[in-house]
Amino acid sequence: MITKRIIPCLDVKDGRVVKGVNFKDLNDVSSPVELAKYYSENGADELVFYDITASAEGRRLFTDILCETAKSVFIPLTVGGGINTVDDFDRVLKCGADKVSVNSGAIRNPNLIYEAAKLYGDQCVVLSADVKRVDGVFRVFAKGGRENTGMEAIEWIKKCVDLGAGEIVVNSIDTDGVKGGFDLEMLEAVCNAVSVPVIASGGAGGISHFIDLFKTLPKVDAGLAASIFHFGEVEIRDLKQEMKKNGIYTRI
Amino acid sequence: MIAIVDYGVGNLFSLRASFAAIGAEVQVSSDESVIRSAEKIILPGVGAFEDAAKKLRESGLGDVVCDEAKKGKPILGICLGMQMLFEKSFEYGEHEGLGLIKGNVRPIADVIPEGLKIPHIGWNALTFKGEKSPIFKYINEGDCVYFVHSYYAADCSDAVIATAEYGAELTAAVASGNVYGCQFHPEKSGDVGLSILRAFVELEV
Repeated sequence: MITKRIIPCLDVKDGRVVKGVNFKDLNDVSSPVELAKYYSENGADELVFYDITASAEGRRLFTDILCETAKSVFIPLTVGGGINTVDDFDRVLKCGADKVSVNSGAIRNPNLIYEAAKLYGDQCVVLSADVKRVDGVFRVFAKGGRENTGMEAIEWIKKCVDLGAGEIVVNSIDTDGVKGGFDLEMLEAVCNAVSVPVIASGGAGGISHFIDLFKTLPKVDAGLAASIFHFGEVEIRDLKQEMKKNGIYTRI
Repeated sequence: MIAIVDYGVGNLFSLRASFAAIGAEVQVSSDESVIRSAEKIILPGVGAFEDAAKKLRESGLGDVVCDEAKKGKPILGICLGMQMLFEKSFEYGEHEGLGLIKGNVRPIADVIPEGLKIPHIGWNALTFKGEKSPIFKYINEGDCVYFVHSYYAADCSDAVIATAEYGAELTAAVASGNVYGCQFHPEKSGDVGLSILRAFVELEV
């Protein structure tokens, strides 16, 4: 049976990992290449690179960094951030990315999902959705969670799956950064609506939150987090041992 | 030198990088003379069977691979490249493969229970079949590798050297003489994957 996946996420700006990192055994803690290698050697099942650069120069740097990472990291790589066209897919896939995640680009042009899925296959297209409750309704937010699109989130996610998205990252703005656990209510609603893999994001503060996630919602395929891994608050190896103890199937 | 056959399907970046990482000399090539002079041949592939089989045939590289395989050169097909080694695929119709291994490629939907997601995508454990294959020299049964596929090799029980459990027993790797195939992606399977590639590189010719 397929293992549950643990996915660290690296935000990259101008060729460097942002959000402070705190690893004693790394010389350069903000080098995406070093950090990616560290994670892949320490139990990560997959890596997500988000390009949060605004400039063209930053984008070129990002692409170079991605190529360099893919030369030394041999686990699946997902790339997101600034993906607006099929050419953007092409650019990152040529550098060794395996999957490409779309967010604002798909909100502006949902057909991007269809076009990309037709060219590269559904398994290559990941929809990343930033979702927040507004008056009790799940709404999709754009531009890094700053702008309410007014769209109902479950309908949006279903539409994207119909267009060809092969996997969904659900990032709950309500639980993000709070470290009080994943947004189980929101994730359950998504899992019940679609049959493609669902990746939980936003809210992990410790090992027990991942255990709760996979125990409560066996349909969730993966847990994604950034700072708790970067700050060394959770070591992936420890997390996986704990998952195993709790009867959650994982790659040790 | 190891030749990775470039017949115009899929992205060979990671595959090339993974051989470089284990210190093997590798060339990605569509040049017949390079492939013929290689010690070993890698047949990659992603995408649809029909399109890939057509490109392999029309480029003439399919014949080159078959020819070299029959001379005893070790061949390793990866993912769709593994499926190409079989006689036939039933992916959207009926299409001929290279026929180097007896068997057919069929939809996994035929054998797995309803409710399981397709494609079979993610990390899954290997169960060895028969005598441990030399390409598994450096790994253990139960090690996980990374899969992405919707079709599987069937009717080939004599050649199966490993399976993965996904509601049914799916063919994970095959071997017939000097011809090997992996349904999973060794170039995306961390150290376990690199160890399989290393064992293949070290096979004695």
